Amino acid sequence: MRKQSKTGKIVLITISTLFVVLMLVIPLISVIANSLSKGLSFYLQSITTKTVLSAIKVTLIATGIALLVNTVFGIIASWLLTRYEFKGKQVLAALIDIPFSVSPVIAGLSYIMMFGRMGWASPLLEALDIKIVFAIPGVVLATIFVTFPFVSREIIPVLNAVGKDEEEAAAMMGAKGFTIFRKITFPHIKWALIYGMILCAARALGEFGAVNALSKTRGETFTLPLEIDALYLSGSSDSIVSAFAVSSLLVIVAVVILVLRSIFEYRGRKTQNTKEARVED
Amino acid sequence: MKFTAAKGKSNPRVIPGFGLTLGTTLAFLSLLILIPLASVLVYSFSLTPTEFWEILLSESVVWSFVTTIGCALIAALINCVFGTILAWTLVRYDFPFKRLLDGLIELPFALPTAVAGITLSKLFSDQGFFGAPLARIGIRVSYTHLGIITAMVFIGIPFVVRTVQPVLSKLDPQFEEAAYCLGASPARSFFRVVLPELRPALLTGFGLALARGIGEYGSVIYIAGNSAKEHTQVSSYIIMQKLNYLDYEGATAVALVILILSFGLLLFTNIIQIRQARRTGMR
Repeated sequence: MRKQSKTGKIVLITISTLFVVLMLVIPLISVIANSLSKGLSFYLQSITTKTVLSAIKVTLIATGIALLVNTVFGIIASWLLTRYEFKGKQVLAALIDIPFSVSPVIAGLSYIMMFGRMGWASPLLEALDIKIVFAIPGVVLATIFVTFPFVSREIIPVLNAVGKDEEEAAAMMGAKGFTIFRKITFPHIKWALIYGMILCAARALGEFGAVNALSKTRGETFTLPLEIDALYLSGSSDSIVSAFAVSSLLVIVAVVILVLRSIFEYRGRKTQNTKEARVED
Repeated sequence: MKFTAAKGKSNPRVIPGFGLTLGTTLAFLSLLILIPLASVLVYSFSLTPTEFWEILLSESVVWSFVTTIGCALIAALINCVFGTILAWTLVRYDFPFKRLLDGLIELPFALPTAVAGITLSKLFSDQGFFGAPLARIGIRVSYTHLGIITAMVFIGIPFVVRTVQPVLSKLDPQFEEAAYCLGASPARSFFRVVLPELRPALLTGFGLALARGIGEYGSVIYIAGNSAKEHTQVSSYIIMQKLNYLDYEGATAVALVILILSFGLLLFTNIIQIRQARRTGMR
């Protein structure tokens, strides 16, 4: 009975492998191949120019702050959404997911409409002498926007699966909120939290559309993807190779993230499985 | 007294911290996401209806909607086909390098869109690794609608695979075997037994991939060519172009339409998920 579907199996595995190789693997290899097409010294020169170094700095600042803000938010929001019953919970959960389905360009636009020259908050910012649009704070805000739900999205399913009995028991025995979190909740969500933070960092490092709307000065407020864009669009064959050289940095990060992802998911699954096995016993 | 209150359902919030977490969550959400988005809405209300329609009905804007929605629909459909095949292969078969293949699916999430954009554009250009052989048989991908679809397939594929995969792995192969024993061909048992079970997941994946395609900017703009004459400008590109010319009215009007579309799709996928949760909960 199984014999007949063997051709089907081979055909489907071949289609899947071909799709992944053609659409995903070859593009990945071609970034590296392109970046090294003018030799190693050109590669090293391309990734150490002044504008690239400044872009690395800005990217790391934006990613660091976005990671911090979204991790704090993610933990608080997922605690709220899984530990309490209240009206409008579904709506709140959907609102948190908004950045997933809003175009990054619109995220950038919305900060311009709020803080920019036309924005309603601009008199306030002028009075306080704060510059957001076309400055580093704008880049940071845009990065926070696009990575907003990443951490909470990973934690919520884990907390839902674990249930809230343990926390309720601790609360009835008089434990304080933070103690409950530290001693009971945190150990459950540890891996999901790390995984969510990795995803958040990955997306923050590579954000392009939203940042593109809010950052206009190369060498000052440009992030790595914007620097890649500038190099690629300047059009000379040298600068295109440089664009791929800078891209290769982000590709290396992406590959590291994929490897970490599969490790953490494997671990997460393993702890989940042992837990389920324990429940079945 | 305390004991009964905690034991009964009258006090569902035993765990402390409700007010604090609710307040913090709402503050973050409003300040960072809702108020900025509302600013777009408020600004677009300052346009008169005539101005608004004039912007939306200008030739380049109308064509950008047709291009964006059309290409995103085609790409999402292609992703449903390949996404189901990939999910099926990953769940049902064992073969060498399976875990590697599974990990690679997530690449479009991890790879920055601008990097994906310039890479795909180079690969599919007339001198590129894929583009050169395709050009010889007369197919041009870079700087055409085909290019836009290719980029949208690239960024959309993980959405479909990752929504279909868990449903498929929970589906008992017994049903297919029963269908097979009753004389159904493998294809027939797939379309009559498996596919109906996968439909909610597929629709969710389709909605997510479509939303991503409609809003996509970084991976599309390099391969698209962005020519007004050949209608290869996507809406995100139009918004960015109008912003660069300081045409805020134009940018907000186009953005509003795209926002409404994405909220519609968000609602659509949420309704499917809630209905699905209810269905499985009832079993």
